[in-house]
Amino acid sequence: MVENRPWLNSLSHFVLFIGVIVVALPIWIAFVASTHPPEALLSSPIPMWPGPDLWKNYSEILSSGISSAGGVSVALMMKNSFIMALFITFGKIAISLLAAFAIVFFDFPFRMMCFWIIFMTLMLPVEVRIVPTYAVVARLDLLNSYVGLTLPLIASATATFLFRQFFMTIPKELIEASKIDGASPMKFFFDILLPLSRTNIAALFVILFIYGWNQYLWPLLITSEDSYATIVMSIQRMVMSAEADPQWHLIMATSILAMLPPVIVVVAMQKVFVKGLVETEK
Amino acid sequence: MQSGQTVAYKNKILPYLLLAPQLIITLIFFIWPAAEALFQSVMVENTFGTASKFVWFENFSYILEDSHYINSIQITAIFAAATTLTSMSFSLLLAVMADRVIKGSTFYKTFLIWPYAVAPAIAGILWYFMFNPSIGILAYFLQNLGYEWNHQLNGSDAMVLIVLAAAWKQISYNFLFFLAGLQSIPRSLIEAAALDGASPFKRFWDIVFPLLSPTTFFLMVVNVVYAFFDTFGIVHATTAGGPASATSIMVYKVFNDGFVGLDYGSSAAQSVILLLIVGFFTIIQFRYVERKVEY
Repeated sequence: MVENRPWLNSLSHFVLFIGVIVVALPIWIAFVASTHPPEALLSSPIPMWPGPDLWKNYSEILSSGISSAGGVSVALMMKNSFIMALFITFGKIAISLLAAFAIVFFDFPFRMMCFWIIFMTLMLPVEVRIVPTYAVVARLDLLNSYVGLTLPLIASATATFLFRQFFMTIPKELIEASKIDGASPMKFFFDILLPLSRTNIAALFVILFIYGWNQYLWPLLITSEDSYATIVMSIQRMVMSAEADPQWHLIMATSILAMLPPVIVVVAMQKVFVKGLVETEK
Repeated sequence: MQSGQTVAYKNKILPYLLLAPQLIITLIFFIWPAAEALFQSVMVENTFGTASKFVWFENFSYILEDSHYINSIQITAIFAAATTLTSMSFSLLLAVMADRVIKGSTFYKTFLIWPYAVAPAIAGILWYFMFNPSIGILAYFLQNLGYEWNHQLNGSDAMVLIVLAAAWKQISYNFLFFLAGLQSIPRSLIEAAALDGASPFKRFWDIVFPLLSPTTFFLMVVNVVYAFFDTFGIVHATTAGGPASATSIMVYKVFNDGFVGLDYGSSAAQSVILLLIVGFFTIIQFRYVERKVEY
């Protein structure tokens, strides 16, 4: 604090308070709507305070979903979302660790070429090459499978790049010492490199879990069977059916459940996440 | 790449084995489809999809003369500019305030961090619900103020809806980076200015804001890239490009022309144009990172 200006401090708190309200309002409205019977959401103004049906609405969607939108249970969708998110997260971390390890600690022909091939993926987000990628996955017969859902999203230039930057800061003496002790490269990787990378892995876990859980376009294309539906992609179908048959209490309950896991991860791991995000992307 | 790696392992097969998973996935699911997009963008299929012929840049000249595509480019530019400006100015205001307060800053941080974790599609739905013409809480307030909100009929209403949803989701990210940027500004500079009698507002515009410009520039690039490529879910889940293509941003159009319109040549040409745009932004971002490392 440079100087004491009481009115400015109050103003700061006031502005931040408004900010928190703006950020929280959509989530609050959704939560309130998810606790009311459908009759309460038929005409304006809708209630601003939670109603009596929290348990009823949530158990209804978790067990039988919304019938006009295919009736897939939200519990199944969440299971699929968890499988997708965890597979993408751990897959990305694992293959990026290995790739960065090879690029930083080994000397071999085509090392730079490999690095650039991986780096190029930064310039190729799914959204822009969507039709041919779908064609490739269809040709490999991977539609409607967990492999097709996750494997194409596992390559990660960002994670590889991050681990590479971190590995390059590791003192050479450590490698020399481990060489003198006769440790193989993989022993060095598992016994020294992995434990040292713990913080980076934790920060990446948060970022990648959110990335994986929130996938939308990819599952929308790859999964046409209900048994592979994920929660984030299914919301759209529920909203479309709401035009004819407004089930907003159930749609909002599903939205809340779709937000819950990533929000919990971010809030629980806030410190490591903020540090990782701001440091890695800068 | 570090040049002085003298302690590197020399092993003939192991590095390739380690790189294999990443490289194979990259080649199959990234390079191959991108090459295919490139190839298809210079080909035209006949009506039955049984034969195709090489047409040079006909697809490109076709879409670049197509008024729908020009319209989509304009819409994307407006959307990206509005989203970036809204989200960044709001986040900067909050970050400046959070930088001032000592009590409760963790509390504010925790509450402002949420939207980062929310999927774009869900963020879209939340705002869609609040603006729902018949029961939405914001539509209701606007109606009381005398404005009949209807994003299903009015193109500008629909644009405001997706801009707000996209900007809301990006608040956390911008806030965290602005706050980190503000906290890295030396306190002594601000104290010196305060001793010279500069008011908080003057200090902000003359010292803090210029020193923050690297962060601002970085965030601008990130936000534009986000608005261009990560907002497909918002559009698809709410307005579906409508009404009358008023919110048909470029990534939505690629998808729609390819999967709904089944116009592969045009969709591939659009893909290639988007690839060039991503490439451009990636290079800017990378240049920036490199320059930062130097000083």
